[in-house]
Amino acid sequence: MRLKVLHKTHYTYDAPVPYGLQQVRLRPKSRPGQLVEDWQIDVVGGQVEVSFEDEHANSVDLVSFAPGQTEIEITCSGTVDVEDNSGIVGHQGGYVPLWLFRRSTALTKAGPRIRALVNDAPTEGSDLDRLHALSAQILAAVPYSTDQAASDLSAEDVMDAAHGVCQDHAHVFITAARALGYPARYVSGYLMMDDRVDQDASHAWAEAHVENLGWVGFDISNGISPDARYVRVATGLDYRDAAPISGLRYGNAGEDMSVTLQVQQQ
Amino acid sequence: MAKKPTYFDEMFGHGTDARAPYADYCDWFLNEDTRRLLAKSEEAEALFRLIGVTFNVYGDPDATERLIPFDLVPRIIAAREWAKVAKGIEQRVRAINAFLHDIYHRQEIVRAGRLPAEMIARNDAFLPEMIGVTPPGDIYTHIVGTDLVRTGDDEFFVLEDNARTPSGVSYMLENRETMLHMFPELFSKIKVQSVNQYPRSLRKSLSGCAPDACSGRPTLAVLTPGIHNSAYYEHAFLADQMSAELVEGHDLRVVDGRVAMRTTRGYKPIDVLYRRVDDEYLDPLNFNPDSMLGVPGIMDVYRAGGITIANAPGTGIADDKAIYSYMPDIVEFYTGEKAILKNVPTHRCSEPEALKYVLDNLADLVVKEVHGSGGYGMLVGPAASKKEIADFRTKLEATPDNYIAQPTLALSTVPILTDAGLAPRHVDLRPFVLVSPDRIDITPGGLTRVALTEGSLVVNSSQGGGTKDTWILEE
Repeated sequence: MRLKVLHKTHYTYDAPVPYGLQQVRLRPKSRPGQLVEDWQIDVVGGQVEVSFEDEHANSVDLVSFAPGQTEIEITCSGTVDVEDNSGIVGHQGGYVPLWLFRRSTALTKAGPRIRALVNDAPTEGSDLDRLHALSAQILAAVPYSTDQAASDLSAEDVMDAAHGVCQDHAHVFITAARALGYPARYVSGYLMMDDRVDQDASHAWAEAHVENLGWVGFDISNGISPDARYVRVATGLDYRDAAPISGLRYGNAGEDMSVTLQVQQQ
Repeated sequence: MAKKPTYFDEMFGHGTDARAPYADYCDWFLNEDTRRLLAKSEEAEALFRLIGVTFNVYGDPDATERLIPFDLVPRIIAAREWAKVAKGIEQRVRAINAFLHDIYHRQEIVRAGRLPAEMIARNDAFLPEMIGVTPPGDIYTHIVGTDLVRTGDDEFFVLEDNARTPSGVSYMLENRETMLHMFPELFSKIKVQSVNQYPRSLRKSLSGCAPDACSGRPTLAVLTPGIHNSAYYEHAFLADQMSAELVEGHDLRVVDGRVAMRTTRGYKPIDVLYRRVDDEYLDPLNFNPDSMLGVPGIMDVYRAGGITIANAPGTGIADDKAIYSYMPDIVEFYTGEKAILKNVPTHRCSEPEALKYVLDNLADLVVKEVHGSGGYGMLVGPAASKKEIADFRTKLEATPDNYIAQPTLALSTVPILTDAGLAPRHVDLRPFVLVSPDRIDITPGGLTRVALTEGSLVVNSSQGGGTKDTWILEE
């Protein structure tokens, strides 16, 4: 499926920002099952200082604010050909050892609630069956709801809140999968929802590493493995590693962010 | 009653006659009036105060800046003895750089079964952000201060590798300056290899590691956490001596793809940053977001090849005390040779059998925190009270992974000058090593630290140790 993406992130500040940086992980890469035909990032109100590949092979652009700016807009646009591989991404490449994906992070630390979830997880069946069952179990325990008190919740806090968005589901899944012994990681990307062109937000899901198959994706919020409607952009141990934009700025200006995202089949 | 060990004295060996390297010095000393020398000691202290060589001692709120005591009897090593030590250090430092490259790339040493993956996986000094990063010139640890101890005529052991941020080189230089100033006649009588080229060598070595982005003569800067850091004096001293800029985090920012320093004529890109700020505080965008000491985005510029950071982030993995215990294997794995310098036998308390042995023998062992440094939080069994041992046992049993233990080595002594004349005190030695793509440069000498308290084996300046000038004789 050929997907056309237009993704604008617009920041406004209530006072001029003397200095600021944004780390942008918004360049999808070509890989088996995903061919990036063309992709570009345009920045208004700032400039790309350097681009590099991080340890998870994500393409990263470091953007600086133009001095004294009150607005900055980052626009990504491009075309990506995606195949349906039933969520199978393939073997671990690069230098990152698999054990890294067993590490817990601040957002993916198992507490009593995750441990209880893991205790209830089925122990029978194939790895894939077990992971799909886990995914369903999480969606039942944490129904999808955008009525979220805070972003950046830890997996344990998400269990406590008992509802969440895709990012929260991914964190709970990653934490539980690691507790079950599977290396697991966070994925940020785009999903074309069938019934609309304008999407609410960029999407997040998880991948677990399964013996012989390699990495397999699980979109917990939608109860499926990613198919040809999913563009995989960045991965990491949790949201913070794979966040589309994470930044730092000097001064006390308040920030307001708005996102417009269109994903459509071409 | 504990057995009284007989220590090797570097001046007298186990006897009463001066060993060969000290023969000329002892001739001179015997003709000196002890009172004159004691007066010289005071002169030396006044000199140090004047220059301002001070050291903040953690855990001592009354003395924010203290002078490290200087003893004017030099520690003397023959050229032949030094040659072997230098060869051993070079081999070790080469292996450490190869190890660091490997750990942040294919991890062949783990694949080969020579180092357990947990040693890396459970180590806080391992920085995932460095995975796949090859620094300019493939050098990870540019400046090393290998801590050595001596137990006999030909017996040197490496105690610590100090591959991340060794300090103390300013003392090596100031100690020599002071000795030259006070005893010029000694240096005409005895041929001692010079150390004062160190700042030039440092400049040359760091310049040799400039990134591809550098055009022309490399711009160097020393990044200090600021005036409240215990080694601030050294940061300022080194910057001055090698004609580099002394900067703090807020002086630097990312400009046009480089890390640049604010100047009166705008921003000037830095090519090589000799940073004396720990990894965690180096970059609030990538590491600890609360850090005010670092430069936001410097890791991004680094990963894009726009700056050299010395030492590279993540080098701490190589001087962790648990990794230390694998160093003989590490040297052999990467150089194909047996290690020239010995390792102190090390019990890893993470291993149940080793832990049992350590708990049964606490009174005879030195127990150290795996990630500790500076002599803090360690137990010196033979010197500890029953209560100290009991307290330490509780800590050790609670978190055994956090500790390693070593036998108490019979550290060599070198005499210091006391009111009653010469008296032996235990010493160690930290030579300073510079690594560039084309050579490994070891300054002949180093920092000799001396435990000023009779019988004490703890030489750390933070624990009341002093220093001596270290002489490597010419051939």
